[in-house]
Amino acid sequence: MNYIIEGIYQAFVLIITLNPEVVDITIRTLTITLGATLIASVLCIPLGIYIAFNEFYGRKTLISVIQTLYALPTVVVGLVMYMILSNNGPLGFLDLLFTSTGVMLGQVVLILPIITGLTISALSNLDSTIRDTIVSLGATTGQFFTSMVLEARFAIMSAVIMGFSRAISEVGAAIMIGGNIKGHTRILTTAITLETNIGNFSLSVALGIILLLIALTVTMIVSRFQQS
Amino acid sequence: MENKNFKVLAIFLLSAFVCVMLTAGCTGTDGSAQTATPTATAGQTVTATPAPAETAQKEYADKELLIATTTSLYATGLLDQLAGEFMNDTGVDIKITAVGTGTALEYGANGDVDLIMVHDRAREDAFIEDGSGTDRRVFGYNYFVIVGPESDPAGIKGMAPTEALETILAKGSEGAEGVKFVSRGDSSGTHGKEKALWSVAGYDYAEYEPVWVKEDWYVEAGTGMGGTLTMADQMDAYTLSDIGTYLKYQGDGTVNLAELVNEGDDLINIYGAILVNPEKYPDTNVEVGKDWVNYLITDGVQDEIKVFGVSDYGQPLFFPAMGAFDVLSSSGVTQDEISAPLA
Repeated sequence: MNYIIEGIYQAFVLIITLNPEVVDITIRTLTITLGATLIASVLCIPLGIYIAFNEFYGRKTLISVIQTLYALPTVVVGLVMYMILSNNGPLGFLDLLFTSTGVMLGQVVLILPIITGLTISALSNLDSTIRDTIVSLGATTGQFFTSMVLEARFAIMSAVIMGFSRAISEVGAAIMIGGNIKGHTRILTTAITLETNIGNFSLSVALGIILLLIALTVTMIVSRFQQS
Repeated sequence: MENKNFKVLAIFLLSAFVCVMLTAGCTGTDGSAQTATPTATAGQTVTATPAPAETAQKEYADKELLIATTTSLYATGLLDQLAGEFMNDTGVDIKITAVGTGTALEYGANGDVDLIMVHDRAREDAFIEDGSGTDRRVFGYNYFVIVGPESDPAGIKGMAPTEALETILAKGSEGAEGVKFVSRGDSSGTHGKEKALWSVAGYDYAEYEPVWVKEDWYVEAGTGMGGTLTMADQMDAYTLSDIGTYLKYQGDGTVNLAELVNEGDDLINIYGAILVNPEKYPDTNVEVGKDWVNYLITDGVQDEIKVFGVSDYGQPLFFPAMGAFDVLSSSGVTQDEISAPLA
């Protein structure tokens, strides 16, 4: 239990003194995860809209598959991405292994199912009378989709927050794709794993607290948009 | 109301887009391919002396060296210290990823790194023999220890290493009170040493391990050294540990385990650096890799290795390989591996 108290104290010290290594790791964590969340959102929200509003063969199966992928273990994503991005792998020429961009890509793959699935869920929950009203008022396709997204913005923002949270907390993909290289691909979760292995438990707790504070800050900012 | 939402959404997307562009820009250098070959002066540094550390030139300002190493070696902090100095002197960006020995060997075999630094002679030999690696150099060594509860229920204190393991096996399988052994159970160098010790004691690990795991006394952790030590501490069990992790955990009070068997040639732990074979993977940073390896076997670095850890732990964590041919030769280490610089 000492570790937790010492950890809280260490977190305080690390933040106040703007410890350079911690700042480096934190900024990298933020850019990678925010970047991954943005890319995934840009891909998934339109995809989710399409799937929600269109009938096509295999739609139900697709939705089931998407929801099954919520349970995709991060280390499995990491392993598969490693095999793809490895020198020997099909995309080895991209030189993305052991880079931040590679880690971001891994996080995108990881959160694609969540953001897509929860977007579909958000839009399916919309009252069909709203949909019918908008169509009967003569909305173009573009206006239709925009109105639907705005109506469901609360739930869609939740999907994005969910994706962000999953990305910022994952460690399996980041370690396998990034390699936890100091100054290059070390992020909060991989640093916590390393410090725990070394035995610096209170530092691990401190980094965990910092990670949660960041998640809190980001969530609060998004909530302001959500509720406006 | 709708207009305001659009504006907010647009600003959010725009700023996020800018973030991503910045990220792509920042990380662009991480993934960049190799640039032009080093200048002619690089040739001068690849001789026995002086080492790159003594030439103040930054001839490698745009080069990287990607090294895969083991967690136990990395966790001591030695590599970060040496890499920092080398980076200052030569401008190379040294990137170190610390994984298990097995993973490091995989990375090397796939050409994902330029060089590996590991501690499992048998697997290193196989790695070199199948053409994945060349030019091994040995830069340091230390000893594993068998640690366990202070009470030492199996009475192994002071025994020779294989005798100690045999005693634990004998007493454990007959169900003696409190006799347990925790194994790393992963692809680590430490686990490799454990298997080698069992082999010397006459037990083929592949044959016996499936039997032992079913008995209460043998616990296969499947985790890192820290986790294994913690488990041994919690279960009052014996385990094989590298000296660095043990001293750290014991010194911090994270575990309370006694050093019971710490002498014996069988416990020797030899660290080697192996280049990934450029004939197999032509993109490997061979020049920089050779300079780094040569750096490791210079007098200056060997002296640094000799005193590393003394201020924190009261004893050195490593012994320099230089001058230790007598100790290392029985494990198959050649004089060249200890002192001949790579051309």
